[in-house]
Amino acid sequence: MTASSEDRADAFFHALADRTRRDILRRVLAGEHSVSALAAKYDMSFAAVQKHVAILERAGLLTKRRQGREQLASGDVEAVRTVASMLSELEEVWRGRIDRIDALLNETEEH
Amino acid sequence: MPVTNVTKDLDARTIVITAQFPAPVERVWALYADPRQLERVWGPPTYPATFVDHSLRVGSRSTYYMTGPEGDKHAGWWQITAVDEPHSFSFDDGFADADLQPNPDLPVSHNVYTFEDRDGGTLATFTSSYDTAEALQQVLEMGIEEGATLAINQIDAFLAS
Repeated sequence: MTASSEDRADAFFHALADRTRRDILRRVLAGEHSVSALAAKYDMSFAAVQKHVAILERAGLLTKRRQGREQLASGDVEAVRTVASMLSELEEVWRGRIDRIDALLNETEEH
Repeated sequence: MPVTNVTKDLDARTIVITAQFPAPVERVWALYADPRQLERVWGPPTYPATFVDHSLRVGSRSTYYMTGPEGDKHAGWWQITAVDEPHSFSFDDGFADADLQPNPDLPVSHNVYTFEDRDGGTLATFTSSYDTAEALQQVLEMGIEEGATLAINQIDAFLAS
């Protein structure tokens, strides 16, 4: 890794190391949110939420645009996510599902 | 423990899962035909599913919702498109609004589940396809899974790039 990619990794891990920021990221990945709408979701000040959003933005996980007085945030993980990683995620969903099917089938057999 | 094989077709945005279950085809079919059993396997423990309507008949629409750790509800629907009891059925799976009406703005996956007799057990093949990469991404991010998995996979992808 070059120095700049190390910096990027630092920003990335730092951004994801916080529960609130992961939660904000989940929300903005599902769709664009205004920063004030996000702030309303948490029991913390607008400024504190804005700071979390800024950290996610610096890590390249979120982009912001301005619309009137509103700042609109959306998730931007195209750069780090691929179809392959998404299918892997789906695979995990399926592995869990298959374990549950197996458990249910075994359970009814024993009865 | 069922033997599980996973095949992914990146170009077709399709995942094919095969699993061997130590139960007859009819028993596995019954699990999918019975909403009370189906809801026990569909959602992860953190997002248990509740099927409101469900019947494995062509043209039938199933409705369900998953309840998240904070009581948040995520609704979905199945439209059953083909049925060959007890060997296969096909359905489209999409998202619904809180009132369980299909939301046409959200992605739909196309699914074919088949169950074949294999030495008295069942070889199950689950195929799911998404029309676009964006649809696949949206499905994964709609609260199917906990954020931790999402975050971990992002880290994996980052390190691989």
